[in-house]
Amino acid sequence: MTVIAVAHAVIHLLLVLALPPLMIGVVNKTKAFFAGRAGPPLLQPYHDLAKLLGKGVVLSKTTSWIFLAGPAVGLATTFCAALLVPLGGHAAPVRFDGDFVLFAYALGLGRFFTVAAALDTGSAFEGMGGAREATFACLAEPAVFFGMLVLARSSGSYSLSVMMGQAVTAMWSTSSAALAAVLVSWFVVLLAENSRIPFDDPNTHLELTMIHEVMVLDHGGPPLAVILYGAAMKLFVFGAVLIAVALPGAGRDPWLAWAVFVGATLLLSVVVGVVESVMARLRLPQVANILIAAGLISAFGAVLLVR
Amino acid sequence: MVSEWLVVTAVVISALSGVPGLLSPRQGPARERLFTGAMTVAAVCAAVAALVALFGGTSQELSAPWPVPGGQLAIRVDAISAMFVLQIALLAGLGAWYGLAYWPQRDHPRDGRKLRVFYGAVTAGMLLLVVARNGILFLAGWEVMAASAFVLVSTEDHLPAVRDTGYLYILSTRAGTLCLFAMFALLGAAGSSAGAGADLHMDRWPAALSSPLGDAIFVLGLCGFGLKAGAMPLHVWLPSAHANAPSHVSAVMSGVLIKTGIYGLVRLTSLAPSPPAWWGYALVAVGILSGVLGVWFAIGQHDLKRLLAYHSVENIGIIFLGLGVAVLGRSLGRSDLVVLGLAGSLLHVWNHGLFKGLLFLAAGAVVHATGTRQIDRLGGLSRRMPRTSLLFLVGAVAICGLPPLNGLVSELFVYLGLFRAATSHDGMWLAGALGAPALALVGALAVACFVKVFGAVFLGEPRSADGANAHDPERPMLVPMAILAAGCAFVGLGAPVVSMALDVVVAAWIGPGARSAPALSSMAPVVWISATSAGLLVVIVLLTWWLVRRARSTAAEPAVGTWDCGYAAPSARMQYTSSSFAERLIALLAFVLRPSVHPPKLEGLFPESGSFHSHVPDTVLDRVLVPSFRLAARLLGRLRPIQHGKLHLYLLYIFGTLIVLLLWR
Repeated sequence: MTVIAVAHAVIHLLLVLALPPLMIGVVNKTKAFFAGRAGPPLLQPYHDLAKLLGKGVVLSKTTSWIFLAGPAVGLATTFCAALLVPLGGHAAPVRFDGDFVLFAYALGLGRFFTVAAALDTGSAFEGMGGAREATFACLAEPAVFFGMLVLARSSGSYSLSVMMGQAVTAMWSTSSAALAAVLVSWFVVLLAENSRIPFDDPNTHLELTMIHEVMVLDHGGPPLAVILYGAAMKLFVFGAVLIAVALPGAGRDPWLAWAVFVGATLLLSVVVGVVESVMARLRLPQVANILIAAGLISAFGAVLLVR
Repeated sequence: MVSEWLVVTAVVISALSGVPGLLSPRQGPARERLFTGAMTVAAVCAAVAALVALFGGTSQELSAPWPVPGGQLAIRVDAISAMFVLQIALLAGLGAWYGLAYWPQRDHPRDGRKLRVFYGAVTAGMLLLVVARNGILFLAGWEVMAASAFVLVSTEDHLPAVRDTGYLYILSTRAGTLCLFAMFALLGAAGSSAGAGADLHMDRWPAALSSPLGDAIFVLGLCGFGLKAGAMPLHVWLPSAHANAPSHVSAVMSGVLIKTGIYGLVRLTSLAPSPPAWWGYALVAVGILSGVLGVWFAIGQHDLKRLLAYHSVENIGIIFLGLGVAVLGRSLGRSDLVVLGLAGSLLHVWNHGLFKGLLFLAAGAVVHATGTRQIDRLGGLSRRMPRTSLLFLVGAVAICGLPPLNGLVSELFVYLGLFRAATSHDGMWLAGALGAPALALVGALAVACFVKVFGAVFLGEPRSADGANAHDPERPMLVPMAILAAGCAFVGLGAPVVSMALDVVVAAWIGPGARSAPALSSMAPVVWISATSAGLLVVIVLLTWWLVRRARSTAAEPAVGTWDCGYAAPSARMQYTSSSFAERLIALLAFVLRPSVHPPKLEGLFPESGSFHSHVPDTVLDRVLVPSFRLAARLLGRLRPIQHGKLHLYLLYIFGTLIVLLLWR
């Protein structure tokens, strides 16, 4: 391993750790712009995290250690997934054949413990949120894997670092329609998995309608900070996946590619903010339909590759 | 040779292990310890035999003449057999220890001795059938196993529900055996017409399987073995049998007994020199159906053990998927698919034994402590049964295929096989392109289902008084669970070691004639997956430890319950139940699951209290089989006079048939 490779790995790690809260800041600023408000400063999420980390913890007597393990596992698994995704066309620090399975299943482990922590409180509202989270994730999973099939088939590789890294440029010239279908489908998955409008409103005030936020109602202080940081990192990871497919980084200057990646991440945050500002929330029963549709769009992509 | 003798010893000891108990009185310990000791000795013998066969190299056939037509007392422990022997030894041995505290003679004077006699017999039958080299000997082991399992399932035969279950089980297993009789008859017929003789020795099966009758043999095997394995739609006996048997019997049945069906299919396909591709497609199709519907039915269940039983159907589906990929690889000449599919399939057989055994034993501990299997009557057990809850959590994470445990490793192999199939440019792309997303769906549904169970049973507040005095079980019950949990962790974190054993088994499946297959570790990232899992585990432990420490240092001792949005008098029954958790998922597939829902009638402005209940019955049983059996009963009613219960006339029928057959010859 050369010095350069180590440097790229360090940059990868730094971006994964430092950039996510900024994405949330950009989304909020965009929404404020559309609402005609000044909005919180771009760096407000970092201040929020610092504030929460300084606070104490309040626990219900119903809860067990699972209540605290939930946020920890959620963050750790998202971080694990972030190490598998190639950023800016650079191969990921951890890569092997079949790493896409670990990517999906690590996030699954995070979901398992996040929902378990919600159920640990014994609150009906949190059970409701947990049920919705688990249900919608089931419908998003085939969409993710049909997309992976498209990438694997058109790249001939089974590692994320190739199938959404070096190989993507060539894939756009041979199978652009399939890739476009995957992009559409995965953008829907990004919005749903990250509890964004039109699937879920991160700012809603009615527990009955929430999905993700209601699961963490009883967390406060450092556990809440870990949850918020993990949620931001999850948005970053899904964003990185989309960017890797949409903007193949190969062939450019490797250092410039990092700058392009950061710019694309922020641009994606703006897009998410715009979607949140111009769309209304879906009724809950419709969420399932949209996710199934997203899965089918990915499946169309897979079919397009057959010849 | 040493492995074969050790297995024979294990078969004899386990078959006799419960017999001394019959000679002692019902009241009193009835030689429980002797039984457990004998089972332990048998298990150790079998395990050593398997390890010697897997890592020691050559095995040699042990044979003796047997006057039964077509039969021969021939056994051999090759790598495929060894894999199954090891698993049988592990679960049967641990189950015997568990039974010491779970089903002690002093609490069960009526059926304790019966249970132990047939527990030993079922173990002996399973061990015999997986090492038999002759079709008749295989069937003998198979029938000992199937009949003993019937007695075990109906251990508590004073309960009507258990009797119904036993009836359903014996019907299904007879139907399965019927298919196997036909299969072996065809094997013999095809073998003799191919010039290999009517002897049912396995060395002669390849000739029969590549004859024109091969397809018929495969279909009969798929039905007969599929019935035992519980593949959808042949699973109808399985949910109630697993639910009503004592928990350590459920663990053995789900962990290893249904796997004998898989063994049969693995053996059959290993002996087919060039199976047609449609065998592989059929296996993949059954795998997808079993996997998706198995887990979806599981989500709708209210009975903890019934739910676990449906997950067996799901996992059998995953095993079929892997086996299907391997058969496709064999028929289309792709050795990479053979290695990945078969390794995934067989490792999943193993993994399922570990985590499903663990889950059934943990469920048994819950039933033992609370006296109920109804998930919606439980809750909050993690504070009363902390050890059981941790062990159940390990099993739940493992069965969902999540890192860092064992389910991930075998599912990864199957995924890689499916993806390789999907990226190929011949007909099999469809198998991969449907199989992989289906497996992903199964994985996500399993997470939903197990987080529901774990949350409803172990987290929150108790929903009824049943679990109020619950506590962790005694050591004989806890230690077997801990051993199985350690096994889950070992396979997850030690995948490179496991892959070496799998290479040996894959080589045995391919057979000595073919060119050697690539090593599993050259295609699957066994080192990386274990290393990443270990890293993830370390980060999780550190982060959780930090949060717990922060919480301890800053938080006062919790004094109040959950905030619950300010509601002043929350009750435990207001918690989200497992049924409400599952409601939306069930509704999505209601056209298949056909849930029956009985909502209360609410009238007026201030309706009186009502009750709501719902359940998901087995569609195949209730909507297909029972109606068609009713129809058959009506149509065949005219034949009833010949069915009168007079033994001498039945013997006359058999005699007459025999004469007719002899004349026809």
